[in-house]
Amino acid sequence: MFTYYLELAIRSLRRNKVLTTLMVLALGLGIGACITTLTVLKLLSGDPLPQKSAQLFYPQVDPFPMDGYVAGETKPQPTMTYTDAMNLLHARKATHQAVMTTTGAKIAPQQANAHPFYSDGVMTTSDFFGMFDVPFQYGGGWTESDDESRARVVVIADFLNDKLFGGANSVGKTLRINDHDFRIVGVLKHWAPQPRFYSLDLGGRDYGDGDAVFLPLQSARAADMAAGNTNCFDEIKDLKHLETAPCIWLGMWVQLDNSAAVADYKAFLANYARQQIALGRFHRPDTGLPDLMRWLRDEQVVPDDVRLQAGLAFGFLLICVINTVGLLLAKCLRRSQEIGVRRALGATQRTIFAQFMVEAGIVGLAGGLLGLVFAELGLLGIRHQPAEYASLAHLDVSMFALTFVVAIVASLVAGLLPAWRACVLAPAPQLKAS
Amino acid sequence: MEIRPIFASLRKHRIPAILIVLEIALACAVLCNAVFMIGKRIGDIQIPNAIDERGLSVVVLNGTDPKLAASDIPRNIAALRTIAGVQSVGVTSTLPLSRNNWGWSFGLKSDSAMTDKNTFNVSLYFLGVGADQTLGLQLKQGRFFNADEYADSTLGGSALPSAHVVLVTESLAHQLWPDKAALGQSIYSKPYYYTVVGVVADVVRPQASIHSTQRSYASTFYPLQPDATLGYYLLRSAPHDRARIVRAAEQKLGEINPAAVAKGKTFDDIRGQYFADMSSMAWMLVLVCVVMLAVTAFGIVGLTSFWVAQRRRQIGIRRAVGASRGDILSYFRTENFLLTGMGVVLGMALAFGINIYLMHHYEMDRMPWYYLPASAVALWLLGQLAVLGPALRAAAVPPVVATRSV
Repeated sequence: MFTYYLELAIRSLRRNKVLTTLMVLALGLGIGACITTLTVLKLLSGDPLPQKSAQLFYPQVDPFPMDGYVAGETKPQPTMTYTDAMNLLHARKATHQAVMTTTGAKIAPQQANAHPFYSDGVMTTSDFFGMFDVPFQYGGGWTESDDESRARVVVIADFLNDKLFGGANSVGKTLRINDHDFRIVGVLKHWAPQPRFYSLDLGGRDYGDGDAVFLPLQSARAADMAAGNTNCFDEIKDLKHLETAPCIWLGMWVQLDNSAAVADYKAFLANYARQQIALGRFHRPDTGLPDLMRWLRDEQVVPDDVRLQAGLAFGFLLICVINTVGLLLAKCLRRSQEIGVRRALGATQRTIFAQFMVEAGIVGLAGGLLGLVFAELGLLGIRHQPAEYASLAHLDVSMFALTFVVAIVASLVAGLLPAWRACVLAPAPQLKAS
Repeated sequence: MEIRPIFASLRKHRIPAILIVLEIALACAVLCNAVFMIGKRIGDIQIPNAIDERGLSVVVLNGTDPKLAASDIPRNIAALRTIAGVQSVGVTSTLPLSRNNWGWSFGLKSDSAMTDKNTFNVSLYFLGVGADQTLGLQLKQGRFFNADEYADSTLGGSALPSAHVVLVTESLAHQLWPDKAALGQSIYSKPYYYTVVGVVADVVRPQASIHSTQRSYASTFYPLQPDATLGYYLLRSAPHDRARIVRAAEQKLGEINPAAVAKGKTFDDIRGQYFADMSSMAWMLVLVCVVMLAVTAFGIVGLTSFWVAQRRRQIGIRRAVGASRGDILSYFRTENFLLTGMGVVLGMALAFGINIYLMHHYEMDRMPWYYLPASAVALWLLGQLAVLGPALRAAAVPPVVATRSV
């Protein structure tokens, strides 16, 4: 019976090509717009470290003066002073902990007459790699004693290794960064979490390629490398020595494996703040310990425009669906006589209903296919946009499947009303009219 | 035109009528908000900026040795002056819309500290000798810095220069001293203070504010002797010379500073890059509006065609009993006018609601009221345009149809 309906549906769709084309085109446009914006939204609001995000937390304290503070409303600062970061780091209250900020690294290739260039760098401490499960191609991270002795060591990304050493094992070689020699101790496999969660508020991009070099914080600072984002809260005498300046410029991540550990760490942070207030260093008591996904939400990492676009696309799809309802209805009412004849010959209301739903489903399927084409076109357009996430916009398997789910659901919803109108049509008047 | 029969007929075709009304309402709501967003973005992109944008190019030099700045900067400037077509050269710490922002908070009382509640945040531009002229700053009151002020101003390791003079923009001057002259007034951030010696036309900050245009002009300018923070080499030339001069200047600075990284661009590039996301969003909104209106129009065409086909006999009868072609035409047009009318009334309410929602959840202003009637008129026109084809076909139905197939 289903194949018979299929045949009937195709025949009916072919009978009125313009109307069919209009329906499929409208549905395809609506679905294409939705899938394009949803792909981008999913890309931007995804979990950067799915296997570990639940155990990663971002401690926050607030060294700012009381001025401008509203109890219960003012959120703790997004970054830390060097003193606080080091105090928390050396307290070792978590399974893993690392302090970090971004920097611009001037890299001078060894080859003759090659020009120096700038790459994104991260200044951090040894636990960074273990905590974030950063994969290595060659070598590994540096040790805590390297941190302490300010060893001139560096971990480089795969793409930088390809560019400078043709992809060969470069561990042990020397890299000249900001006019100082650093020894390469590790080369990463491709690693570019989206968004670049660990450096929100530390300067630099939120999305895009990963960082090129990773340096021990103290070693890099000894080589005069600047911090990506500095925010000062008191009179500054010497900006060069950020370590002692009243400025916040570091972020810290900790790994806490269970809820007991989280509760303990929260208590530890609150206690730390109280202690600092007693010492006269702090004035505000608030602390924060959001987990990774919560931190991304707090920071509103997904651009407003992207969410607006998704909303707009759904509005558009709704218009397209209403449009399809109207056109399907027009088509089916025009076929009242045919329905009358079928009913008179014994077709039940249910079979008529099924027949029209099949027809709507076919329109949906065709709309979905066309929507897929439009989505690919849309994503192609987005890849040519200047946005920092542009190069990442690709249709994945789940979005591919979702396209058809959306298409079929949309068309069946659109077909519901016309099919119902068709099946409740009384056969007698239709027959009489002809 | 009698509209009672139209209502009677619409009541018989309730569902298609409701569908058209709904579609138009949605289209109207989306259109209002989308056009409002487009307008806002175009306004932001075209933010006025009182420097000589068309003749300005820049080479950003990074990674130089800070200890050699005092000798390097004059040498670099001299080298850039030798490029043919360069009218003037200057050096600054940053440029409008470059996103390289150095902000600070000042107060108006002599004991103000940057952490006080009543301070205001401004962007700092450090200027080397000649930068005022190369930028094309437009002096409205007072004077530019003199040679001594440039020579005596140092930064050292501090965040603020040792000078005691500042230039402010007109907007900022008006904001800080609404009812007195800005010249001679001072801004304070313990232990620093700066006295206003000149007021310049509004220059945008390195990072424009999305909240208010006035905040976008909170720019201040300070003199500075050659210092490593002055990495923006500005070149003024005739607009058509810029591409060549940028290339030549980038190459020249790269050659004489082999350990540094030189990157050249015109100011148009900087502005373009700054607003790139915004303009692509505006284009995407335009695209969605156009496609949405097209889909709506085709929907109207489709449904009206169906109505016309269904009523061929009635139309024939009306024609046979004396209705002119014009009567038939105006019947369908009035019908569409009524449907669109109901649609836009619903749509305007919906548009208003969406705007309120967006204001709560996004960075969005209240939509000015005239967007509502404007998009209502646009949809009315669209409806009339869409209905014209089917209505003309209806008007062409000959009266003889009435006599057939009875």
